[in-house]
Amino acid sequence: MSHVYTSVVSTWGGILVVVLASVVGDIFLARAMKQVGDVHALWGRAGLWTVVARVLSNSNFFLGVTAMAVAFFSLLFALSWGDVSLVAPAAASLTFIGNAFAAKIFLHEKVDRRRWIAAVLVAAGVGLLAG
Amino acid sequence: MLSHGMKQTGNVSLHHLQSVILAVANPWVAMGILLLLAFFASYMNSLSWADLTYVLPATSLGYVLLALVAKFALHEQVSPLRWLGIALISGGVGFVAGGPALTSHSHHDAAREPEPARAAVSAGAER
Repeated sequence: MSHVYTSVVSTWGGILVVVLASVVGDIFLARAMKQVGDVHALWGRAGLWTVVARVLSNSNFFLGVTAMAVAFFSLLFALSWGDVSLVAPAAASLTFIGNAFAAKIFLHEKVDRRRWIAAVLVAAGVGLLAG
Repeated sequence: MLSHGMKQTGNVSLHHLQSVILAVANPWVAMGILLLLAFFASYMNSLSWADLTYVLPATSLGYVLLALVAKFALHEQVSPLRWLGIALISGGVGFVAGGPALTSHSHHDAAREPEPARAAVSAGAER
């Protein structure tokens, strides 16, 4: 009984860590690219290497990539703790919901009703497809 | 989508080669890594001119393409529940695509919007 309880807690704990890390990663990457500015325009104006240099010199970019790496490896751990058919779709679809909240709070994006509906629909769809 | 690609390339490398160093020399793994980089580059490009809550639903079309590739190229069975998933994702992307791409800045040219999203999706689908 207690063994089952422990495995449920560790599985959902793992899913939570994956979701948190990938949401944090997405937020930092989005913030980094907003600071870099429109890549298409910058490329046309200053060339590809300026774009690359500006992305690589952005500290938010490295925080984002680090968080993404944490998300990837914690996904591997979570997959070893729980069933693939639960962990993969739960982590993928909860990330969409978490990102909508985080983008509203931290990036001050205007998440209107249209985007909430999209986030929920996509999360449900990904949950069904990834399962 | 990224993890899916990694899992596929990982499986391929396990079947053909034992060591991790040799695995990179495997053309499938190398192609997987290249396509992952291409996905990441187009994802970053999209984020530079559109909101995160706009880009993410668009990249989820990769799941739909993956299911369609599995159905028509690999001849796998796609269950009714998965078709429902495809319909939900497509509906969600349709919803977000109808709205503005970027918050608070001046409106971007609508004709430009689908291009990087499609690049990102195709990079994901080929894996």
